[in-house]
Amino acid sequence: MITPEDINALLLTLRLAFVSTAVLLVAGTPLAWWLAHTTRAVKPVCEALVALPLVLPPTVLGFYLLIALGPDGPVGGLMQFFGATPLAFTFAGLVVGSVIYSLPFVVQPLQDTFASIGRRPAEVAATLGASPVDRFFTVTLPLARRGFVTAAVLGFAHTLGEFGVVLMIGGNIPGVTRVASIAVYDHVERLNYAGAHSLSLSLIAISFLLLLAVYGFNRRLRILPV
Amino acid sequence: MSSIKLRCQVDYSGFVLDVELSIPAQGITGILGPSGSGKTTLLRALAGLDRHAGSVVSVAGEVWQSEDDFLPVHERRLGYVFQESGLFAHLNVRDNIEYGHRRAVQRSPMEPLVSLLNLGDLLDRDVATLSGGERQRVAIARALAANPRVLLMDEPLSGLDVARRSEIMPYLESLHQELEIPIVYVSHALEEIARLSDQVVVLENGAVVANGPVAEVFTRLDLPPAHWDAAAAVIEAQVVANEDDQLVQLKFSGGSLLVPALNYVSEDVRLQVAARDVSLTLEHQSGTSILNILKVTVTDIAEDEPGQVLVQLDAGGTALLSRVTGRSARELDLKRGQSLFAQVKGAAVLR
Amino acid sequence: MRALFALLLVLYAQGLYAADVSVAVASNFVATAHELAGSFEAETGYTVTLSPGSTGKHYAQIRHGAPFDVFLAADAERPELLCDEGLASPDTLYSYAFGRLVLWSKDLPVSDTAIANGLNDNSFRFLAIANPELAPYGRAAREYLEAGSLWGRLSGKLVRGENVAQAMQYVDSGNAQLALVAASLTLGQPGNVWPVPVELYAPIEQQAVLLKSSPAASAFMQFLQSEVARKIIVANGYYLP
Repeated sequence: MITPEDINALLLTLRLAFVSTAVLLVAGTPLAWWLAHTTRAVKPVCEALVALPLVLPPTVLGFYLLIALGPDGPVGGLMQFFGATPLAFTFAGLVVGSVIYSLPFVVQPLQDTFASIGRRPAEVAATLGASPVDRFFTVTLPLARRGFVTAAVLGFAHTLGEFGVVLMIGGNIPGVTRVASIAVYDHVERLNYAGAHSLSLSLIAISFLLLLAVYGFNRRLRILPV
Repeated sequence: MSSIKLRCQVDYSGFVLDVELSIPAQGITGILGPSGSGKTTLLRALAGLDRHAGSVVSVAGEVWQSEDDFLPVHERRLGYVFQESGLFAHLNVRDNIEYGHRRAVQRSPMEPLVSLLNLGDLLDRDVATLSGGERQRVAIARALAANPRVLLMDEPLSGLDVARRSEIMPYLESLHQELEIPIVYVSHALEEIARLSDQVVVLENGAVVANGPVAEVFTRLDLPPAHWDAAAAVIEAQVVANEDDQLVQLKFSGGSLLVPALNYVSEDVRLQVAARDVSLTLEHQSGTSILNILKVTVTDIAEDEPGQVLVQLDAGGTALLSRVTGRSARELDLKRGQSLFAQVKGAAVLR
Repeated sequence: MRALFALLLVLYAQGLYAADVSVAVASNFVATAHELAGSFEAETGYTVTLSPGSTGKHYAQIRHGAPFDVFLAADAERPELLCDEGLASPDTLYSYAFGRLVLWSKDLPVSDTAIANGLNDNSFRFLAIANPELAPYGRAAREYLEAGSLWGRLSGKLVRGENVAQAMQYVDSGNAQLALVAASLTLGQPGNVWPVPVELYAPIEQQAVLLKSSPAASAFMQFLQSEVARKIIVANGYYLP
């Protein structure tokens, strides 16, 4: 049967996925917009950087993140300078890791959507008196609805399954950084296959139901011709 | 009279636009030119959709762009109708029109626009279900709902088939009558310009080659339009009488013309007479099926295509064009100042 | 330290190729095993492959048919289980080393009161240990902390690595300030070491067992008990009866 600790791990995993996805949607949208429209020479460099987490082993990501977050690392050192609490072994640290890890899964669908919408709708809105912010929210965003749903789903699902990065920077603290994937791993390590089963099946069931709900909603959004 | 002034220099690879022009801030001004002549670039520069360094734009005294300033597009009170309508796919017809209306600096009621463009039945429709002509009407209504100071139209009929174009033309003509704001209308189609504009600017290879009243620009032999296939003269006439046999008699400065009877709404009529439809005779012919024979004087002659000659004629103060073979020109011994008769085989009523 | 970690990654990633003896060795013993293997190879000419990892993982792998010849575990429990399950030879089972648990830090002072003091004046953010559920040194760390009534007080400040090597890496990267790890791992590392008194935790009896009989494998098991080997083992921070 599923234990309270495992339920904790599940809730932690869901929290991490929600928070990371939210951060990525907010931060990733301007980046995706810029990538979709810029013609600067630096664009391929940025695109390669965004795509990097796709090809790097998560453990490599986690390894360097651990070093970077440490007091001698670029991020940790800076944070220490400003008196901020270090990120390693914290939920916030996991969010940072997840954001990097799932970045391409959110930015790329958004970029594709913005590119396919093109500049015309925004131009039209400008001639009708809409300021840049206005036309982003009243024209670009609604037209990009489906892209946003895809980006959110991919980012969320990808974070649910995150393991390698968390393994490196999490510290396996119950209730804080012990996410479901780590908990399953621990169960297996201890040959507690029953526990591994119940936790894994729960995670699969929850994920499936969530995705089903999202795709069901997405179906009701018409494909908007642009 | 206030005007719209534009100075613009654009240098893309392989394409240069260098214009400086002034057009009236009232009535319809057509921008005519073949594809690639820079018409759309010019219109977009005027609107501020593309920002080119060094451009200067002012509309009725209001500076939209200068050396140091650039007024952003959304702060310019303009309306822009794009070639492919650009309707917002996520809004229905009513919300599309309201989009501009809501953001207008001074709002005027929407109803007159809706009825002017006959959109009453379409208001709740989904944009994707509209025909091309309906889309353009919505786009025009939307642009006007924003209460612009000037309406810019970029080849609005290019994407439509012949049937849709004739369906929409009356609406465009009514704009001319109903609106007080100037309209700048870009097209490559001579007939559209002839039908709608008062003034025309002719662009060729990124430069302005003519800027003046339509009737004059179209009949000058030193300007491109007279040499186009569809070359035609534009005549303003008045309805005199309805004849019995499905013909109508019109009167203009050069005489009278008989044209097929259609429902003419007003007394004033604008006609287009194609150069290819005008033949010349030294004497007034009888026993011919051509009804319209006018006394004219040759005012100019120019070489056209090899073996073809263009002749500019004056009919009581109205200019006409005739395109004849080089051989005919020699045999008739055409020269300036010569009096002869022009036989007009067909006249298309524009409006 | 980083080099050792990188070495572990490389060694681990290498996989098992056809050497004469393939050894599954507990992470804490890797450096020592390397020395032993070198000595053995020089003496006998047999080649040795080492696969470091957590004892729990090795146990699971061996149960599922991983082709190791010798198992050098970090505890006694797993080798015994393998013997019970008929996957190892009981008569080759013996204790090859006894582990020492130490408290280690890069900059902080270490002593029997270091943790308690640290809790009181908040001088450390995190104490890293190996996962007690999986690693014997983690279990020993827990026993030590419970003996000093520190376990409960540490709940927010305790981070668990997959094995002692990762626990050390947490401190090495500066993210944790203290670690309870195997003495063998701290040799040659700059930092402060305090050996935890052996009576405060059940002995970390590291047992070896033969999995597959072969002349080379048996020779290796014999070699481990030789004087040369014992010297090497003790020099690396372990103790032997």
